[in-house]
Amino acid sequence: MTTVTPVPTGTPIEDRRTVNLRIETTRPQPSDALTPASMPVLRMESLSVYYGSFRAVRDITLDVRTNAITAIIGPSGCGKSTLLRALNRMNDLVPGARVTGKVLYHGEDLYGPRVDAVEVRRRIGMVFQKPNPFPKSIYDNVAFGPRVNGLRVDMDALVESSLRRAALWDEVKDKLKQSGMALSGGQQQRLCIARAIAVEPDVILMDEPCSALDPRATLQIEELMMELKRNYTIVIVTHNMQQAARASEETVFLTMGEERAGHMVEKGPTSEIFTNPKNQLTEDYVSGRFG
Amino acid sequence: MSSTAVAAQVRRASLKGSGVDVRGAVFQGLLALALLFSLTVLIVLLVDVLLRGLPVFAARGADFLTSEVVSQPSQAGVVQGIQGSILIVLIVTVTAIPIGLMTAIYLEEYAPDNRLTRFISVNIRNLAGVPSIVYGLLGLALFVGVFRSLGIGPGGNGRIVFAGGLTMAALVLPIVIITAAEAVRAVPNAIREAGYGVGASKWQVTRQLVLPSAMPGILTGVVLSLSRALGETAPLILAGAVLGSYSSGDKDFVEQLFGAYTALPMIIFGWTKESAPEFRQLAAAGIIVLLAVTLLANALAVVLRNRFERSW
Repeated sequence: MTTVTPVPTGTPIEDRRTVNLRIETTRPQPSDALTPASMPVLRMESLSVYYGSFRAVRDITLDVRTNAITAIIGPSGCGKSTLLRALNRMNDLVPGARVTGKVLYHGEDLYGPRVDAVEVRRRIGMVFQKPNPFPKSIYDNVAFGPRVNGLRVDMDALVESSLRRAALWDEVKDKLKQSGMALSGGQQQRLCIARAIAVEPDVILMDEPCSALDPRATLQIEELMMELKRNYTIVIVTHNMQQAARASEETVFLTMGEERAGHMVEKGPTSEIFTNPKNQLTEDYVSGRFG
Repeated sequence: MSSTAVAAQVRRASLKGSGVDVRGAVFQGLLALALLFSLTVLIVLLVDVLLRGLPVFAARGADFLTSEVVSQPSQAGVVQGIQGSILIVLIVTVTAIPIGLMTAIYLEEYAPDNRLTRFISVNIRNLAGVPSIVYGLLGLALFVGVFRSLGIGPGGNGRIVFAGGLTMAALVLPIVIITAAEAVRAVPNAIREAGYGVGASKWQVTRQLVLPSAMPGILTGVVLSLSRALGETAPLILAGAVLGSYSSGDKDFVEQLFGAYTALPMIIFGWTKESAPEFRQLAAAGIIVLLAVTLLANALAVVLRNRFERSW
C-alpha cells in the first residue's frame, strides 16, 4: 500500500520543496541540511542523455536560477529538447533513452532509486512545441491535472485562477464548456500553460512554446512568462534568439561536436551571452554567423 | 538544355489552351461509372429481395416473425432465428469485444516494441484472413466438443447457441483487435505527452485520454464485427446450428438456451435449398429481417458513437 503525498494548491514555494517525491511514506522528509538555501531548484551534474548507444547530450553541469527564466539556445539537433526532457523524466517514455549523471531537484536526484517519474512530472511541468490541448472542454483541460492528482479543491476556483494566471480568462470565461481545440493557436498554447500551472508545479519547462505561433501570440506568451517567473522557475528551449534575448535572465548555449553529442559551450546572464560572450562559438552563433 | 533556354521556351508558350483535359475527363468518367455499377448491383439486389419478400409480410404480417421454422411454407417463420442471432451477437459482445479491446490496448500501449510483439501483430492480421469455415471447424472441435463432453445440449450433443456464439466470437476477435489497435495507434502522441506532463500515470493517460480519443474508431470496428457475426453462415453449419425445420415446442427460455438453436442466415440458407417456390419468397422475407436486424445493430453503435463524441 503506497500513498502519494499531495501538494495543496497555493502552497508557497518554500514549502513545496519539502514535499516527498517518493511513493513511500516511511522515508523522512528531506531536511534543511539536504537542501541548503544555496541549493537551486534544479541542478544538473555531469548529465548525459543517451538514445541506445547514441549520446545525444554530453556532460552538462548547470544550476538553474530560481524564479527566473533560463533560455537554452543552440543549433538544430544539438540536444536542447533532449536536455529539457531529461529534467522531468519525459525521456523515460522514449524506448532506449537513458541518463547518466544527476538532476538534483531541491537536492534530490530525480533519477535516484524509487523516485516516481509521475511525481516528478507534476512538480516539473511541461509546455510543448505544438499546442496540444486535450480534445476536451476548456474547463476539463485545466481540471485534468488536478483531478488525476487527486486534489480535493474548489475546482471552479482553481480553473479560474489558472486561466487568469495564463492571461486567458477574459477570452474564454463565457465558453468554458467549449472544446479547447476550437481556440486559436496562441490561445491554445496559453490554455496549455494554464493546464500546466493548475497542478502548482514549481518548475515549468517550455519546449519552443512559440515556434508554431504568430508574432503577436508570441509576444503574449513572452509577457506571460515574465509574469509567471515570479512564482515559478522557467526553463525554455528556443530557436528564436530575439526571444532568448528579450525574455530570459540566463542563457545556456549548447552546440554539438563531431560525434553529434550536444554539449554546453557557455552559460551566463543573458546580457553577457549576447553582448560579451567569452567563447568564439557563442559569439558566432548569437551574431548569426553560424547555426 | 540550359535553364535560360528552358525559361525562354516557357515564356514563348501560349497562355491560351483548349481548357479541356481529355485524360482527366476520361478518368473522372470512369470513376463515376464505377460508382454507378456498385450502386446498380446494390439496388437490383435490394429491389429483388423486396419484391419477393414483402408479399410475405403483406399476407402474414408479424406472424412471420413469431412463427417457428416449420416445413409448411404457409406457417413457417423466423422466431428462432431472431432469438439465435440476437443471442449470438450478445455472446460476441460480452466475449470478443472486451477481450479484443484489451488485447489491442496491451499491444499498442504496453507491450515492448520487439520481435515477439511484431510477430504476434502480424499473425493476428493473418487470423483475420482465415476463411470462416475454418473457424467453424474450430467451433466444432473445441466448443461443441467441450459442451458435448459436459453432456449439455439436445441429447447431450453439445450443439447449443453458446457453441455458435463463441465460434463467432473467435471469428471476429482478430477484426476487433486490428481495428481497435489502429484506432489506438492513431491517437496523436502529443495527447499522451500532455497527460504525462501534468503528472498523469500511464493508466490515467490510457483510460482518460487515449481510449476516449480512440473510441469512435473502436466503435466502427465493433459495428463491423457485429455485422459479420450476424451474417456469417458457414461456421454455424459446423458449430451445430439447426438447418431446416424444427420446433422449440413449449420449452422455457433456459431450456431453449441449452437446446437446439439456429440463426437467421441459417434459416435463409435452409429455405433457398427447398424446391417449392414459396420458400424462395420466405427466404427473401428472411433476408429483409436479417438486414433490418443488422441495420438496427449498426444504428445503435452509431448512436453510441455520436453520444460519446458529444460528451468527450
